[in-house]
Amino acid sequence: MTIGTYILVSIIKIVIAMLVLLTGVAYATLAERKVVAHIQNRWGPSRVGPFGVWQPLADGLKFIFKEDVTPPFVYRPLYLLAPVLSLTMALTAIAVIPVGPWVSIGSVHTPLQIADVNIGLLVILGLTSIGVYGVALAGWSSNSKYSMLGSLRASAQMVSYEIALGLSLVGVLIYSGSFSLRDIVMAQSGTFLGFIPKWNIFTGQFIAFFIYIMAAYAETNRIPFDLPEAETELVAGYHTEYSSMKFAMFFMAEYANMFTVACLASVLFLGGWLGPVFGPPLLQAVLPVVWFVLKVLAFIFIYIWVRGTLPRFRYDQLMAFGWKFLFPLAIANIMVTALVVALR
Amino acid sequence: MHLVLFLIFGAVCVGAAINLLVQKHPINSALSLIVVMGSLAVLYLLLGAEFVAAVQVIVYAGAVMVLFVFVIMLLNAGEEEVLPHSSRVAIVLGVPGLILGLAVGIWVVARYAGFDRIAIGGPRVLSGSEGFGNPSSVAKLLFRDYLLPFEVTSVLVLIAILGAVVLARREE
Repeated sequence: MTIGTYILVSIIKIVIAMLVLLTGVAYATLAERKVVAHIQNRWGPSRVGPFGVWQPLADGLKFIFKEDVTPPFVYRPLYLLAPVLSLTMALTAIAVIPVGPWVSIGSVHTPLQIADVNIGLLVILGLTSIGVYGVALAGWSSNSKYSMLGSLRASAQMVSYEIALGLSLVGVLIYSGSFSLRDIVMAQSGTFLGFIPKWNIFTGQFIAFFIYIMAAYAETNRIPFDLPEAETELVAGYHTEYSSMKFAMFFMAEYANMFTVACLASVLFLGGWLGPVFGPPLLQAVLPVVWFVLKVLAFIFIYIWVRGTLPRFRYDQLMAFGWKFLFPLAIANIMVTALVVALR
Repeated sequence: MHLVLFLIFGAVCVGAAINLLVQKHPINSALSLIVVMGSLAVLYLLLGAEFVAAVQVIVYAGAVMVLFVFVIMLLNAGEEEVLPHSSRVAIVLGVPGLILGLAVGIWVVARYAGFDRIAIGGPRVLSGSEGFGNPSSVAKLLFRDYLLPFEVTSVLVLIAILGAVVLARREE
């Protein structure tokens, strides 16, 4: 493949990934409102289009036409930087997620992934750790009590749970022996007894999966860990002073992060795009991507389900849970996994 | 391509480092330091050390600097006060001293490493070995060839952590 085709193919992949991700983000908001509404015995959005399917479009238009207020007391450079930083880091993380195996279209042979790097997992961890600054700076530069408290909570929470999150992944890394997300998926191919897939969740990483899910909810500031924006006490937390598209950028970043977490969960624990492949050649090419998307959507659904079910933690409970329960559990999981792999 | 990227990120790194010193507000200085760390990570990438680059971003730009920013936010540190008359000795002696120090440094490096090593030609991957800089080769070095120094360092870090815990504990 020449450098010209490589760049062209990369640009096409980036455009497609961004379109799909942003559409996904828009419709995740609708799905969330609909599912939570049904959990609470309501209808949810139902006015714009059949079953409210055009609601995200209406919301988007509304955000664009809202007045963009920049309060006079903010520290402008960082106030403007914060939402951009949040959204950029959230969207960039999708670049290393593999959504399918290698495909050939004509003479072009390419992986279904924007960048197949051998440190894929570390890239995602790095991007999320930079994303913390978006939240931290938003609160600080807003120069308001609620924002400040929200962002202090968010930074402390994200830094604390990042440790449990990172450690929960070590077990998977020991099993697959690579940081490359593609290699991690390939290490999960095959079955036990002919029908149980060898996904990491079935090969002894169930506890790691549990830790990952808990930590990921906290990392993305979702219920039951949504203390940074606890509306009953902090108005809206770190984005209290933001309006119009700047607020929408934080909103999109939150949902994009949800998708990243869901993609990572399905790659690391549920075998990524692996699944039964059958039928004519075209169907065979499409099915892996379908399996991957279904797994991701299942995660998004669980996210929403949890949101509709659980109440919010207290802050001391949150910190104790992270440091005194998840952290030791993750360490124990690493030791047991290492022992099993060493004795195998 | 490598040379262009090296020049760009080298310039960004030096620019951010100067900005770090010039800025009056601590949070701007902290953010400049993050930019320095980030561009250093890119320089590592250009050298072919992907793992070190990723760790640089995660540990330094991510974890360490978050704590810096967190402390600045928590203390709500304001703008630094500028003394009305700064030391004249520092200005008179500082600039020539700096130039002299740099010249000596460059001379020493050039004398012992050979002048061709410091020629401007962008970074070069010196090691031609297979898989240089990737996680598994780094792991082999750390856990096989240099296991003892590595473990001793980790004990040192553990002592530092314990010391911090003891110092931070409230007197009963």
